Amino acid sequence: MRGNAEMHELVAPGSLSAVLALLAAEPGQWTPIAGGTELMVAFSAGRLNAHKLVNLWGIPDLRAIEVTPQSIVIGASATFLDLRKHAVVNAELPLLAKAASWIGSIANQSRATLGGNLVNGSPAADSSPALLAYDAEIETISVRGRRRVPYSEFHTGYKRNVLVADELLYAIHLPRRFARHRQYLRKVGTRRAMAIAKVALGATALLDQGVIREIRLGAASLAPYPKQLKLTEAALLGQALTRETVLAARRALFAEVQPIDDIRSTAQYRRRVAVNLLEEFLLELRQEEVRS
Amino acid sequence: MSADGKARTNADWPAIRFTVNGESRSVHVPPMKRLLDVLREDLHLTGTKEGCGEGECGSCSVRMNDELVNSCLVPVLQAEGADIQTVEGLALESSLHPLQESFLHNGGAQCGICTPGMLMAAAQLLAHSSHPSEAEIREGLAGNLCRCTGFMRIFASVAAAARETESELAKEPVVEQTHHAR
Repeated sequence: MRGNAEMHELVAPGSLSAVLALLAAEPGQWTPIAGGTELMVAFSAGRLNAHKLVNLWGIPDLRAIEVTPQSIVIGASATFLDLRKHAVVNAELPLLAKAASWIGSIANQSRATLGGNLVNGSPAADSSPALLAYDAEIETISVRGRRRVPYSEFHTGYKRNVLVADELLYAIHLPRRFARHRQYLRKVGTRRAMAIAKVALGATALLDQGVIREIRLGAASLAPYPKQLKLTEAALLGQALTRETVLAARRALFAEVQPIDDIRSTAQYRRRVAVNLLEEFLLELRQEEVRS
Repeated sequence: MSADGKARTNADWPAIRFTVNGESRSVHVPPMKRLLDVLREDLHLTGTKEGCGEGECGSCSVRMNDELVNSCLVPVLQAEGADIQTVEGLALESSLHPLQESFLHNGGAQCGICTPGMLMAAAQLLAHSSHPSEAEIREGLAGNLCRCTGFMRIFASVAAAARETESELAKEPVVEQTHHAR
């Protein structure tokens, strides 16, 4: 059945402080809506459960992208097109710029927001592997103040996260310390445009005298939520990039992920592809070592 | 019925104001009503089509504040104060927009359902990239589905329109007049 606009309340308090006051006055009653690329799909199909919505679109404080000496701070309502157009994001966070180009179409990218992608919490979220690889931090806001949480701890289960009822996701902080890292991001889907990931893997690593000194791996569609692959990282950290290390890492990843069979793919295929993506990254890393 | 259980008439809803194709408009509709439905039902601008209703097909593409959006995914309250362009706003007076001319001459339109969305996506592309590459055209239109043409003629139409617009700009005004008289 079609959604009925008269059955849903949508208010636009206008300022961030007014939105936070509303969330505090009636915790858990209001659903924030920004670009609407998830919620309006549910509404059109008549399956939007939220009956009271509060508008975030057009609140400037939430859409700013700020560059400080230490980090790039992306407002939760920055759109994926904003990210693609931003010179510093392109230069220093190429994985995030690439992920932004994967979000649906241009019309989706001009409305879909980074914060919305994270709060929606799809296991296949396009931006998540890049954010995990870049060691992102989440900043939340409420009338009680702000707090910071590592992005790797933001998701707590399928479509669940650490936000409490009166809180908004405020900004995403990305440290500016990956210029020397080897960076990798690959999504495997059915079609180049508009497709949801069967599997995606993001990675950053720093190699020093043949030994992996730093490594971060972020995966989509391999667990109930976007996940940092800490056990696989542990199998690689401090190791020389030998054939044995690559095989051990393949085994670690194979054991660490929990993919499922669904409409887009099978658990078996996802596991195999994920292992191959990891190996592709490690081979790129080794080639870099040979060249330098 | 409304959220509070009372039946409402349109006049009960507060006015939402925006500009469509250069004209100021004001509507009294539920704030969650989709921009697509407001355009079609309240403003009778039926050029904008509904395909999938979930942001996958691009049939309902319009330009809002110089950005391409799927109007099926925009609650009309978020269009408050916005500058909106629909396919009805493309043609200039009695002459077609260069993109419309080009779609006609190059077989870029068949059944026509996708055409308004294709034209708006193409208009958005050309507004920001006057001579797009084949890859840029494909990316610009990737969110617009056509089930008739096989896309190649649409890509060719956009490329031809870009060339045409460029050469128009390069021409002297007297030549432009000849073109209009034709």
